[in-house]
Amino acid sequence: MHFSSIQRILGLLLMVASTIMLPPLAIALVLGEGVEHAFLMAFGGVLLAGLLCWLPVRRQRRELRIRDGFLVVVLFWTVLALVGAVPFVVADQPHMPFTDAFFESMSGLTTTGATVITGIDRLPRSVQFYRQELQWLGGMGIIVLAVAVLPMLGIGGMQLYRAETPGPMKDNKLTPRITETAKALWYIYLGLTVACAASYWFVGMDPFDAVAHSFSTVAIGGFSTHDLSIGYFQSPAIELVAVVFMLLAGVNFSLHFVAWRKTSPLSYFRDPEFRAYITVLSLAAVVAVVYLYRSGTFPVLGDAIHHGVFQAVSIGTTTGFTTAAYFHWPGFLPVMLLFTSFIGGCAGSTGGGMKVIRFLLLFKQGLREIMRLVHPNAQIPVKIGNKAMPERVVEAVWGFFAIYVGCFAVMMLALLATGLDQVTAFSAVAACLNNLGPGLGEVGYHYSDINDVSKWVLSFAMLLGRLEIFTLLVLLTPAFWRR
Amino acid sequence: MKIIILGAGQVGSSVAQNLASEANDITVVDTKQEVLQDLQDRIDIRTVAGTASHPEILTAAGAEDADMILAVTNSDEINMVACQVAYTLFHTPIKIARVRAPEYLNYPKLFSQEALPIDVLISPEKLVTEYIERLIEHPGALQVLDFAGGRVQLVAVRAVEGGPLVGHELRELREHMPGVEARVAAIFRRGNAILPEGDTVIEADDEVFFVAARKDIRAMTSELRRLEKPVRRVMIAGGGNIGLRLAEAIEDRYQVKLIECSADTARRLSERLDKSIVLLGDAADEELLLEENIENTDVFCALTNDEEANILSSMLAKRLGARKVMSLINRASYVDLVQSEAIDIAISPQQATIGSLLTHVRRGDVVVVHSLRRGAAEAIEAVAHGDSTTSKVVGRTIDEIRLPPGTTIGAVVRGDQVIIAHHDTVIQPDDHVVLFLVDKRHIADVEHLFQVGVTFF
Repeated sequence: MHFSSIQRILGLLLMVASTIMLPPLAIALVLGEGVEHAFLMAFGGVLLAGLLCWLPVRRQRRELRIRDGFLVVVLFWTVLALVGAVPFVVADQPHMPFTDAFFESMSGLTTTGATVITGIDRLPRSVQFYRQELQWLGGMGIIVLAVAVLPMLGIGGMQLYRAETPGPMKDNKLTPRITETAKALWYIYLGLTVACAASYWFVGMDPFDAVAHSFSTVAIGGFSTHDLSIGYFQSPAIELVAVVFMLLAGVNFSLHFVAWRKTSPLSYFRDPEFRAYITVLSLAAVVAVVYLYRSGTFPVLGDAIHHGVFQAVSIGTTTGFTTAAYFHWPGFLPVMLLFTSFIGGCAGSTGGGMKVIRFLLLFKQGLREIMRLVHPNAQIPVKIGNKAMPERVVEAVWGFFAIYVGCFAVMMLALLATGLDQVTAFSAVAACLNNLGPGLGEVGYHYSDINDVSKWVLSFAMLLGRLEIFTLLVLLTPAFWRR
Repeated sequence: MKIIILGAGQVGSSVAQNLASEANDITVVDTKQEVLQDLQDRIDIRTVAGTASHPEILTAAGAEDADMILAVTNSDEINMVACQVAYTLFHTPIKIARVRAPEYLNYPKLFSQEALPIDVLISPEKLVTEYIERLIEHPGALQVLDFAGGRVQLVAVRAVEGGPLVGHELRELREHMPGVEARVAAIFRRGNAILPEGDTVIEADDEVFFVAARKDIRAMTSELRRLEKPVRRVMIAGGGNIGLRLAEAIEDRYQVKLIECSADTARRLSERLDKSIVLLGDAADEELLLEENIENTDVFCALTNDEEANILSSMLAKRLGARKVMSLINRASYVDLVQSEAIDIAISPQQATIGSLLTHVRRGDVVVVHSLRRGAAEAIEAVAHGDSTTSKVVGRTIDEIRLPPGTTIGAVVRGDQVIIAHHDTVIQPDDHVVLFLVDKRHIADVEHLFQVGVTFF
């Protein structure tokens, strides 16, 4: 491991990241909200930390190895969440304790959308914007952004990119060069965001809310500038826009890339993962709508449809916007919706969860075992579309699933140990690990009522979910550190 | 005709043998001297050893005045280049090449005159696959051959005791099936050809060749043997080129199981095939066959490269209860040994392939040739040109045409219309005539019939 080159890259990344503070700083200055010092301090602090990291080792020009990539990514996300918490602590409003601030900052960056703040509507605009911005940057991945804008990362960029991008198969570059791939991803992301903001504005949000919500929609985050989330607007048109863009953001971005290159939307439907994604969400939506209507939760069919569909998509894609208190819905619905968030978005999207493609692979692998019992001599490959998946990928997915469930169990037990009730503990871990946001029970509306230890555990869960477990867990193995 | 054959593999050598018997001048080119030597010892041909696409070698093989070049080496690339060389340097009029890879075949533009000038592309595997596919489609048939794009078919059926027509005269056929038109073209009884007349009585175990429109095949077959249930379950042994193609072609319509003994190949097959079940194992393994319900299998096809293994695994499958077994057999002597007793249908790849080549060797406007009964008999589809003064067939009824002995006209295709031949059917210009020759020695007479007289020009 080359600690000096890791340090150099970390320093560079931090200096780039310090610019995150500039837009909210500008807003604070223009509106004269009196929180400029918070952002200024954070900006200066991050820049200085970056410089201090970078200066002593700026001449190191070693290429990153795969192992170094994991370390850089995890360190960077952790440090970023730490410094991201600074404005929340320093500003007069919300002026949170550090634990809460860290939780909020991590929740933003990992696009979870779980919040500990109540009274979001009364926060200064700059802080509201800052929260949304954190989500937006975390959505596509700050490292992917850095790879796009810092050509000197060069070959090392691939290692970083691989450690940060979600999905079981990470080597399918869209373009021959990693920098170009990262740029393409960010152009698509930017394009979606602009389209989303314009649509929100068009259907009646004010420009500030439109931009702020477009950030958290396209990032599949779930932060809002209102306590009532999207429900605040009471507008089916806005909900429709949100549904469309949540769906789009949950699709593999390389599909967007191909569709845009070929200028044909047909390529979406040729992708088996996309078909499965749409099927799962439609199924969840139909079940939700029917059950809501039949159980009398919403006596008007129209209400049942728009709440049911919105909530199914919002939770299924792991966004976590709410229009209604879904955690108070009757029967199995809240838990079913929470389960769909385990499936989550497609690989290579901004969505969380375990990713549709992994579930598809697990499902097919299960079917294969059944087939093997009937035909012991048969050769049955696991196929996605018409392509057989390498055994290596199938194995990796099983490993991932096992560890995911394991981590889930351990963290849930930890939360129970701190004194939370079962429903709260279960849903909080699920919502954080899947980067969903709102849970059930005590954590339905917000997370401020739970104890500090739980908040740290959940912060860890969010990072674990965002970096897809292995990137983070590999650092905890002795083999990683052995030379 | 002067013909150069490139490649002395299975297809090349059997074609050479077949064509040499018809007074053609054949030169065979191959890289392996001993194979050529062996071939030259057996049949009357010239051989040249060397790389088939090199101009020197082609010159040595007499490419300068060759009428036809047939590139069937096992390399697609050599076949294509050889045709290009023959076109550019020797202006050979007919260039036929075997190209297997679909990666090339999917781009027909590649084979236009200004690109890779190949006149006819043949794919023996494809022909054999289609041949087997038709057999599966028509249970009860020994052979099913297409004419006029599949509108007319020639079917060989073994008559079985219990079929309504068995033990009756042919003329009763019309009373049996009022709506169905079919013509019996030939009957082979204990290996000897019988020319069918109205009063010929069909006996059990006769091999009956009849011509009918596609839709009537089933009804006609049911006259000669009790109708079999349509095929649903197919088991294929051997995942080579033919096995894979067949499985790909039929897996949407039938339940297909494919047995392959090499683990690597089996894995590759399972990735290529979508619905078929690929089984790793030996096709002659009784346990495996029983495990996979051989007794409920409708058709078992042994299609490996090893004909002895094919025969044995087919026999085993038959004994274990497979309803019908087919086996790919190259050697003619084996065919006689096992057909109709141990094995239901012996498939000869050469015979399935040779017809498409003979089409280009025949004089006159011959569209389709099918070689039958190991090359002794032949069925051809010829186009009648000219008018009643220049042609020996146009404007005449079938009775008036002076057909060589052992030759029958089965059907006439006029545009989209299929006319089953009667003695008073009149041939019109541009009719496609389907003929059956019991004895191929008369093929020259038939060619003469369909050649237009000099006054036409």
